Amino acid sequence: MKNARRRHVVSGAMIGLTYVCAVLATLPLLLILWHLIIKGASSISLAFFTHMPRPVGEPGGGMANAIVGTLILIGIASAIGLPIGIGAGLHLAEKKTTPLAQTTRFLADVLNGLPSIVMGIFAWQILVRPIGHFSALAGGVALGAMMIPLVTRTTEEMLLVVPTSLREAALALGYPKWRTSISVVLRTALAGIVTGALVAVARIAGETAPLLFTALGNQFWSTSIGQPIAALPLQIFAYATNAYEELHRLAWAGALVLISIVLVISLAARLVTRSRFGAAVD
Amino acid sequence: MLQSTEVFREKPPRLVTPAVQVRAREPRVAPGETKPCIVTNHLTAYFGYTTAVKDVSISIAQNAVTAIIGPSGCGKSTLLRCFNRMHETVPSARVDGSVEILGSSIYGENTSPIAVRRHVGMVFQRPTPFPTMSIQANVAAGLRVDRQSHATRGATSEIVEEALQRAGLWAEVKDRLNESATALSGGQQQRLCIARALATRPRVLLLDEPTASLDPLSSQKVEELVYDLRTTVTVVIVTHNLQQAARVSDSTAFLLMGELIEFASTSEMFTAPRDPRTESYITGRFG
Repeated sequence: MKNARRRHVVSGAMIGLTYVCAVLATLPLLLILWHLIIKGASSISLAFFTHMPRPVGEPGGGMANAIVGTLILIGIASAIGLPIGIGAGLHLAEKKTTPLAQTTRFLADVLNGLPSIVMGIFAWQILVRPIGHFSALAGGVALGAMMIPLVTRTTEEMLLVVPTSLREAALALGYPKWRTSISVVLRTALAGIVTGALVAVARIAGETAPLLFTALGNQFWSTSIGQPIAALPLQIFAYATNAYEELHRLAWAGALVLISIVLVISLAARLVTRSRFGAAVD
Repeated sequence: MLQSTEVFREKPPRLVTPAVQVRAREPRVAPGETKPCIVTNHLTAYFGYTTAVKDVSISIAQNAVTAIIGPSGCGKSTLLRCFNRMHETVPSARVDGSVEILGSSIYGENTSPIAVRRHVGMVFQRPTPFPTMSIQANVAAGLRVDRQSHATRGATSEIVEEALQRAGLWAEVKDRLNESATALSGGQQQRLCIARALATRPRVLLLDEPTASLDPLSSQKVEELVYDLRTTVTVVIVTHNLQQAARVSDSTAFLLMGELIEFASTSEMFTAPRDPRTESYITGRFG
């Protein structure tokens, strides 16, 4: 009896502890959001999205160039990272044990753990130095290279969840092997792969380090991928380390917009996962 | 029921010396059947260094239901999977000997497994509807992939209806053809898979324990369906359920440790088995 009461007490205490941990896990995000809204919401207006940065002292001004720049960088990175990542993931799932697959899997994990600034240096070395100037393309390549291992591994995992019986059913219907991979296996795993891809996009959208010596940042309006381009993280960094109170406020607003972009992308991911038929895989 | 290994311990001489039994040179034909559909000659199937099916020569009758019975791991499914070349999709799997279906060798040099599988449909133990496709698209899946039979949209929907009718599912799904196939019950899903296999109008239908994961009522429906199909298609059914074999099949083959022990008409097999091993299996002494 005594033992039973002790077990109840310990059990209750542990369950309580998990409650506390669950709340603590969400606390940072809530605090960040609260802080951003307090400090940045007042500076957000239509002008923030449509106007260019203005010199210090002049009132108003926005981050139109940085918002567009960030979207362009995400576009370039996705154009590089998604096809390569999904293709490599498909290879890993289909040819699980070949030496190439095993090496690729291991190196993707290593690449995943690489500090993001190293990606920036890599892009600088292969693009900025030979070309001679900073460019949006170099920034996109750095971000795309970061996406590849993320997308590869999530794609592989999603494909492996597709039951072998489904693959066999397609083969038994007279599907060629490649058709089975694409119209049955890939399509069944598609919702999961899209989620993985969007998580990767959300992940790189806020990266600053890889852009420091690639995209560089730009005071002016530019959408050319051959020229330096503004980006929200860079702009936030520049404003936040500035001495002027007014720019600090804009930096807070920029951070709020950046987090909103990531939030919208994550929500889109959730929506897409809820596929036409509820995506119930056995 | 005894485990098969215990049986081997009890009577080792009889089972470890199958060579004593005289094996027919010619493929065995079940009595009373004339037109052969699937004919195998010294068919042996391997997984790496393991032999799953040993030297099976059998002649399966056309437009009839043939059941393959035997204890777990005796090679029933492997034998079935040799008939549509699904066996070779497993890495390290290999086949020796020959299989002829309606006179043409399916392991011939110029025969592609894809062509074979279009004429030989297969349904598996667990229902495998494609979860991303509607009921309609599931049934049409085999049609769409076949470039030669690219049917027009109208023809496709006719074929889909016909296949669902033959599978006895049409009345239940005709108003919800565009809904997800995974919304159907297990038994309906299995009949959907049969409809999907029938849509390409195969000459042979292979069923690998099609009722193993179904409740008794759904099983009964599938069995009735199998019984009705015999007039139009050659059915080979692998089953664990002896009563099922007795109910639906015209001939039955008994496999033990990869070897074909006996092949006879179902009535004969279940009333007067010739081989003592068949008798012990059928009377429930092992397996």
